[in-house]
Amino acid sequence: MQTIYILWLRQVKKYFRSRSRIIGSLGQPLLFLISFGFGFGSIYQKAGEGNYLQFLAPGIILMSVLFTAIFSGIDLIWDRQFGFLKETMVAPVSRLSIMFGKTLGGATVAIIQGLIVFVLTLVIGFRPTNFYLLPVALIFIILIALLFTAFGTAIASVLEDMQGFQLIMNFLVMPIFFLSGAFSPMEGLPKFMAIITRIDPLTYGVDGLRGSLIGSVHFGLGFDLLILALLTTLLLFIGSYLFFKIEV
Amino acid sequence: MEENNLAISVKNLTRKFKDFVAVDNISFAVKKGEIFAFLGPNGAGKSTTIKMLTTLLWPTSGEILVNNFDPEKQQDKVRKSFGIVFQDPSLDEDLTAFENMQLHAYLYNVPSKIRNEKIKQLLEFVELWERKNNLVKTFSGGMKRRLEIARGLLHQPEILFLDEPTLGLDPQTRNHMWSYLKDINAKEQMTIFFTTHYMEEAEKIADRIAIIDHGKIVALGNAKQLEEQTKTKSLEEAFLALVGHEIREEEASNLDQLRMHRRMHHVDRR
Repeated sequence: MQTIYILWLRQVKKYFRSRSRIIGSLGQPLLFLISFGFGFGSIYQKAGEGNYLQFLAPGIILMSVLFTAIFSGIDLIWDRQFGFLKETMVAPVSRLSIMFGKTLGGATVAIIQGLIVFVLTLVIGFRPTNFYLLPVALIFIILIALLFTAFGTAIASVLEDMQGFQLIMNFLVMPIFFLSGAFSPMEGLPKFMAIITRIDPLTYGVDGLRGSLIGSVHFGLGFDLLILALLTTLLLFIGSYLFFKIEV
Repeated sequence: MEENNLAISVKNLTRKFKDFVAVDNISFAVKKGEIFAFLGPNGAGKSTTIKMLTTLLWPTSGEILVNNFDPEKQQDKVRKSFGIVFQDPSLDEDLTAFENMQLHAYLYNVPSKIRNEKIKQLLEFVELWERKNNLVKTFSGGMKRRLEIARGLLHQPEILFLDEPTLGLDPQTRNHMWSYLKDINAKEQMTIFFTTHYMEEAEKIADRIAIIDHGKIVALGNAKQLEEQTKTKSLEEAFLALVGHEIREEEASNLDQLRMHRRMHHVDRR
């Protein structure tokens, strides 16, 4: 417990210490919100779908959770290359508690980041329609944060160094984001897109968050929660397994 | 020698990486309170041995006892009983000196009552107390090393392992560092096991020296005995007589490249 706590604290401390990083990471969601939210707004409205900003905001909130979570997980590569991981590996604590402390810390940071962006969307004009479901929205944010931090840890356990980083960014993280239905409705997609979208774990987060914030849901909140809970558990297992196999 | 007077006992230890034999059937013992040096050229198997002694790597075959515990079967007992300073720095540079110590105290379950007091005592000992609230990334190489030594001592280990501890340090810092360590060794009877490829260091500091080459121990004894054994006049000559003059190439690491990479990465994240 003590191990999990101190490693969690380490992640959170480091996050709050890098204020420029926090502010810097708000630039991208803000840009997306403004350029797409307002740029496509009128077309979306003409198509009879209503307010695009309302539709887009949940996806953008999860975008920042996704990116922060994956990076927090991948941070493990630095810990490994710069030796700090060794310090934890020779300590009389289990690897599982190291992995959990780090993952919980990374997820906490991603959740905070998501909440900051949520406030940002409110400033720009996003209005959640159902306040009773805000706790449910938070559960979705937590699940996505945990899922992708564990995912990042799993990747970092396999990667030897940062060489493969671009590859992961372009062929994994970006597609996960763009194919999650964050930008476009799930209805009326061509068949292959519909399949890809269903494979993407973030889809269920976007759908669930949209459902709990603006009441528009494609799969159903219960179904989204179930899928995400299962996937998060699975990823935590895979992440732990790969973390166990690291040799330093 | 009685079994329980030994800090480290190694019998027929071998470690293979696929076809490459990094450590080849070595046996040696280190007494409690002794300062013992592993001297050898690059790639001789020094770090691999330390990794096996400190539970980071399993042996392919052979027997190890560290403080009478088996690193493979009694992992946590072994881990509690030693402190280590790695060849490469292993501090979290984005935390302060104090926070690095604190983290270690939590990992090793140092009781909360004595935690802060012990941290203060050790940081004062390595003369870093004034800088306790500074981020480690602002420290010089020598300061980082001192902090790592303080950290390694925090849970009051019976053995301190040091893997090439003075690599890249200037002579002043080196002297300073060893004076701390000899002090502790004398006061607390703490065993010190270190690797080095500086001959004068091994000669000056260690009670006994094992010369290791190509994964084998080629000689073991104090500096005098090694000189007598090889009929040479200094440890340096003895060393060269034993391992030859040929230059060893170590496989290049991409660590330097990575450091640069990280700097760039951090810049565009901030």
